[in-house]
Amino acid sequence: MNLNLDRQMLWLVEGVVGGLMAASLVGFFLSRTAKSDSARATVENLNARIRAWWIMIGIFSIAMLVGPLGAMLLFAFVSFLALREYVSLIPTIPADHRTLFWAFFVVTPLQYWILYRGWYGVASIMIPVYAFLFVPMRLVLSQEVAGFLDRAARIHWGLMVCVYCISYAPALLILDVPGYKHQSAKLLLYLVIVVQLSDVFQYIWGKLLGKRKIAPLVSPNKTWEGFLGGIGSASLLGTSLWWMTPFSPLQALAISLMITLLGFAGGLIMSAIKRDRGVKDFGSIIEGHGGILDRVDSICFSAPVFFHVTRFFFVTHANNM
Amino acid sequence: MSWLAGVLAAGARGLTGATVRWCDCAPEARQRVYFANHTSHLDFVALWSALPARLRTLTRPVAAKDYWQSGIRRYLAVNIFRAVLVERRTESHPQHQLEAARHSLDLLLEALANRDSLIIFPEGTRGDGLKIGPFKSGLYHLWRQRPDVQFVPVYLANLNRVLPKGEVLPVPFISRIAFGPPLQPAPDESKETFLREAREAVCALQHA
Repeated sequence: MNLNLDRQMLWLVEGVVGGLMAASLVGFFLSRTAKSDSARATVENLNARIRAWWIMIGIFSIAMLVGPLGAMLLFAFVSFLALREYVSLIPTIPADHRTLFWAFFVVTPLQYWILYRGWYGVASIMIPVYAFLFVPMRLVLSQEVAGFLDRAARIHWGLMVCVYCISYAPALLILDVPGYKHQSAKLLLYLVIVVQLSDVFQYIWGKLLGKRKIAPLVSPNKTWEGFLGGIGSASLLGTSLWWMTPFSPLQALAISLMITLLGFAGGLIMSAIKRDRGVKDFGSIIEGHGGILDRVDSICFSAPVFFHVTRFFFVTHANNM
Repeated sequence: MSWLAGVLAAGARGLTGATVRWCDCAPEARQRVYFANHTSHLDFVALWSALPARLRTLTRPVAAKDYWQSGIRRYLAVNIFRAVLVERRTESHPQHQLEAARHSLDLLLEALANRDSLIIFPEGTRGDGLKIGPFKSGLYHLWRQRPDVQFVPVYLANLNRVLPKGEVLPVPFISRIAFGPPLQPAPDESKETFLREAREAVCALQHA
């Protein structure tokens, strides 16, 4: 795996920075024109989100410039913070303490270290197999039987979503697509751009036109207008970025549609957990957005499928032809 | 050694990822007794590091002598946090207990006389993190002697999950620290009422 700053990548960075500058200008203009209190609050939150985007994109760019190690470290840190937000929200008991210590300080770093070494075979079963067996084994040593299955399942689910699924994003760096040598960093950028912009477009369409709620019992902010507009716009954008991927325009459309739908599902699922626990956000680490997990929930659900679909059709299948 | 204190405060904030909330109470540089629920050895470090740097240098935690009296712990407690180390109630003779309590109170009053603020855990011992135990009377006696000092309730959430009783290695849960409005006791408040209201003030912050 290798990160090359080729010309396509530069165009992309310029596009992202240009888009953010436009967003900042619009935000500034809106803050001058907002009249009612609720409109001001919305615009203030919008501008906080845009400021946070500058910071997030800055951190992401630095990590990518550092190379594969930078990307692995960044996503390992994201997993760590996401897992921390997750376990802080769900009930655990003191008997879970040592298992949780293993989850944070052994399983999480190990997963990313294995990925960094490029051991795909181990990385893809580390948590579904080894951690799945290890969690209840470590838990049973505590000799606390109350709610045993619940406790084991909660910890494993957290590891799956916050560590395993997120790790599929930097795992794209070790994909060796024929005819796309040393360019897999662009697959990671593609995933992040399409999925995150899908969230942004859903937010914008929802704010502008949102009326009919999709699942009011789960998330009062998700509307059909936001869903259709957001998924549609992001899929079109993903299609128009086909040139940076190994996909044809039509394939890019199908894949964009798939990952944006999965991202939407991820957001909805994480909302259900938050709602069950009686909170709006997983944390407050990113101004205007909430917690890390609120920002990456769509990545959690789209990255693994994006990885495996790309791997199946463009690596395994291509090699067998 | 203030740089080391700053590093430790930043480390504690990072580890406990604490969100700090001041409810009807501002982080002002006036003399105060911060009293909080007690669930973990990290409590006073977490509370102390939640204060702005300029208040930290004026605030001394009150900690149990038996836990903090030896080795590196003693160095940290005495030199960095400037802790007031007091005897905990033991199973010894009642007469000895009374003397120890008086001595502890004198130490706290001495610190207050030096215009320092205090961090105190009136439950006396670490609870299970679920229920807040009854408050010991030291807090009341402190107030009788120094009614001019503000008594600020503080609620610490999740710190028991970071480092539960009997554990050595921490798990990085996100903790929450809420400061509440200072107590306003009547001048002739009885001991029972004062302690009950102080405890209720801490409980009221559970959902802040």
